Amino acid sequence: MPALLLAVAVVVTSPSNSMIVKFNHVCLLLIIFFQLSIAHAIVLPEDRADVLYHSYDGGGATISGPSILVRKKFNENISATVNRYVDNVSSASIDVVTTASPYTEERVEHSVNIDYLHEKTLMSVGLTKSDESDFDAKTFGFNISQDMFGDLTTVNVGYAQGDNEIRKNTDPSFLKLSNSRNYRVSVTQVISKDLIMAFALETITDEGFLNNPYRSVRYLDSGTGTGFNVQAEVYPNTRTSNAIALRARYFLQHRAALHGGYRYFSDSWGITGNTFELGYTLPHKEDWVFEFTYRYHEQTSADFYSDLFPFGGTLNPAQNFLARDKELSTFSDHTIGVGGSYEFITDGNNFIKRGSVSFHYDYIMFAYEDFRDITVTATPGSEPNYEFNAGVIRFFLSVWF
Amino acid sequence: MGFKITVILSLLALQACSMTPWVKPYERAHLADPIMNFNRDPISSNYIHHVYDAREGARGAGIATGGGCGCN
Repeated sequence: MPALLLAVAVVVTSPSNSMIVKFNHVCLLLIIFFQLSIAHAIVLPEDRADVLYHSYDGGGATISGPSILVRKKFNENISATVNRYVDNVSSASIDVVTTASPYTEERVEHSVNIDYLHEKTLMSVGLTKSDESDFDAKTFGFNISQDMFGDLTTVNVGYAQGDNEIRKNTDPSFLKLSNSRNYRVSVTQVISKDLIMAFALETITDEGFLNNPYRSVRYLDSGTGTGFNVQAEVYPNTRTSNAIALRARYFLQHRAALHGGYRYFSDSWGITGNTFELGYTLPHKEDWVFEFTYRYHEQTSADFYSDLFPFGGTLNPAQNFLARDKELSTFSDHTIGVGGSYEFITDGNNFIKRGSVSFHYDYIMFAYEDFRDITVTATPGSEPNYEFNAGVIRFFLSVWF
Repeated sequence: MGFKITVILSLLALQACSMTPWVKPYERAHLADPIMNFNRDPISSNYIHHVYDAREGARGAGIATGGGCGCN
């Protein structure tokens, strides 16, 4: 009765009595859905191996590295997925060059996921461990998926929790902790023989030390040559965010797919965001697939964000919480992406059934509305707003066996 | 009130379970085409979602999720 166990777990971790009542109702419905499903269509993931080279280059930061992912079935009911992912970071971004020093570092992430298929239910548990010189993260999560209503509907419920250790390379005695909890529900629905839609809802709560120990805010100070001074950021110790998304894929009659999506985001820090996605997937002959995508994101700033506080200092801060992280500012970004895959093995032997090589390039254009470029010498608060572009490469080889 | 709503929705769920699928299994060739998969290449979609999570204040409800940061 895994669905029942999951429902109880969700109720126990919810924060208030009224929320427990609401969660009870939701979970009762989910249990009924799980128990009354009438078809068996969920299958284990395909056996495949992927080797990816990734690269992000923009705004003075270069992050690249490999990722290797292998999925293998042990029998008709159990499969495992392992992934090793590496980020080689070389950063001289505007945050770094204006208030800190350029740096290089490596982040290595390992994850393992086990899928178990039992009658009509696919259950997954996963562990992820990420290590870098000043940040360690451990995440445990599980998911349950179920097909129902003649395989027209798939419901997925998931939970994950992470524990993080934050250190500071310039201060060996610095050690802070944080944790996160993710609650996720998604429903995928067949609408017609050419249209499928997916709805997702995810709530994430964080607690602990949530800011970057290196980053600073700036405040007006006529006693300095630049007209401003800096002090360390101070964030609240909790954050709760909610995101809701609706996506669709539509099959076009000349064998192509059109896909689109929208996500709304809001959190307890005052950020609201809207994200739109649009894409077109076009196979060519038997062995090529081309993809064209466009994505737009906009968001408002956190309540405690400011590019320039009116006064400051450790003993006299302008407010309790202080942030000048450009990811918490008001900004928008556009992404244009192109990609192609070539299947070099289409009808292989017993050992390798298929093989493909793929390349994707995304060009992201960021434009900030209240984060100023302080590398430009000007009266504080009158510098031009910062903007930058980034190129993202994904190049990967895949084999199915 | 909440309990009544739950009962009504539960009965609707029971009713839904007895319905005939409006897209028959033999009509699902298009849906089964790999180009209709929301997450055709997980290693690739995991990475691009990580990029957006690191560069934007919004997060969650994506096709793929992951751990760690690498974004300081």
